[in-house]
Amino acid sequence: MSQEILDMIQKEIDSNTICLFTKGTADMPMCGFSARAIAVFKELGRPFKTVDILPDPRIRQILSSVSHWPTVPQVFVGGKFIGGSDIVLEMHQKGELKPLVEEAFKAKQAAPAR
Amino acid sequence: MGPDDLKKRIEQEIPGASARVEGADAHFGALVVAQAFEGKSRIEQHQMIYALFRDEMASQAIHALSLKTCTPAEWEREKASGPLPVSHV
Repeated sequence: MSQEILDMIQKEIDSNTICLFTKGTADMPMCGFSARAIAVFKELGRPFKTVDILPDPRIRQILSSVSHWPTVPQVFVGGKFIGGSDIVLEMHQKGELKPLVEEAFKAKQAAPAR
Repeated sequence: MGPDDLKKRIEQEIPGASARVEGADAHFGALVVAQAFEGKSRIEQHQMIYALFRDEMASQAIHALSLKTCTPAEWEREKASGPLPVSHV
């Protein structure tokens, strides 16, 4: 396992309240599932970070070994893995995602330095 | 691998599960209702299904597997609010 990539993944998860590992970028998603997850977070209107896994196949490999999740996208909110595109879409449809996101931003404001 | 193969494996491996699977060309969508999901998070429920197809997903024989999982009790409630779409890309 490449320590450098593991550190990068951990840093992105820790330093971004919403972090999406996707195929492609927010402006140019390269997969329908990634595009759907990105669209949900665009709709929520809070800043989010996307990390493109395509440039280096090791990113996907190491990410999946950390999250125990085989597919992309993978969504982290407040440093916690919340699921892939199906779960994110379902949570959004049921109105569960917005409160979770707002809670994470509130928690971040309360403890800005980590 | 076709949708019937996925359905068969899910129902064989997860006791009491009932699955509906659609799709082709390595892209599938599955709706799985199972008592075994009771008390588990959605992440854990999806991981249970992914685990059944670990080899196929690694080899890309299954490229995408879109999931909707629920317990029989949840399914009864969801059914009342209309049929669920099984989505696949």
